[in-house]
Amino acid sequence: MKLAELAKILNAKIVNLPDPNAEAESGYCGDFLSFVMQRAPEKSAWFTVMTNVNVAAVASLTEVAVVVVCEGSKCDAALIDRVRTQNIALFETDSDIFGAVKAYVNGR
Amino acid sequence: MNCIHVEFEVPGNNFLSAGSASDSVKSTLKKLGVPSSAVRRVAIAMYEAEINMVIHAGGGRCYADIFDDHIKIVMKDEGNGIENLELAMQEGYSTASDDVRNLGFGAGMGLPNIKTYSDRLKIDTEVGKGTTLTIEVDFD
Ligand SMILES: Nc1ncnc2c1ncn2[C@@H]1O[C@H](COP(=O)(O)OP(=O)(O)O)[C@@H](O)[C@H]1O
Ligand SMILES: [Mg+2]
Repeated sequence: MKLAELAKILNAKIVNLPDPNAEAESGYCGDFLSFVMQRAPEKSAWFTVMTNVNVAAVASLTEVAVVVVCEGSKCDAALIDRVRTQNIALFETDSDIFGAVKAYVNGR
Repeated sequence: MNCIHVEFEVPGNNFLSAGSASDSVKSTLKKLGVPSSAVRRVAIAMYEAEINMVIHAGGGRCYADIFDDHIKIVMKDEGNGIENLELAMQEGYSTASDDVRNLGFGAGMGLPNIKTYSDRLKIDTEVGKGTTLTIEVDFD
């Protein structure tokens, strides 16, 4: 699914979106960064409630397509800065993780 | 055999800059055309080691030697060392504080991840003196 479309179906706030036509090809949910590093596939949509700057480091090294911050959590300023300088796509949505994933999967 | 040597300071108690050593090595390996699966293994192992230095050891230094067919990374700190290494290597074992866990660390998967993603791992640790990890990853 194109990231622009994912943002739309999640009713998400786009914090950063370097390439609206980039695709999310799979998904991963999790907050413990060690698990995310282990398991999040490349080009996946990563659903989390984590909002600190380390999210950018993990997104960059796993090369996920987009980070979806759920549950209405708001990103720290440092994270927003970092995703912008590192060209990482990141959305914020009020939806809970189950709801966000359901919308993503149904929309695929 | 070609070898590129790089070094990084890993500042203690600064989560903001944790990950800069692994990020830099990762982009170097990519430029050199190292297969992406190997690049990912290196990046994860290094990042976990960097984070451990920050949360458990007050920072340290990272030395990386990049050869044609593998990388050797030495992560050296002068923290408190690891009392029971066998326990520390177990999945889920962590002494991280709640504050650290709230940041998404402290799952107790760092050392196990480093072991999984490296081809060779040596851990020298002495209580009160510090810890040195020697991590090698082959490029295939
Ligand atoms: N560089 C280090 N210096 C001192 N203690 C360490 C170091 N690295 C790991 N440890 C100890 O080993 C434990 C397990 O490490 P790890 O598997 O990375 O899990 P975590 O970092 O999530 O706690 C840590 O909780 C800590 O007690
Ligand atoms: Mg750790």
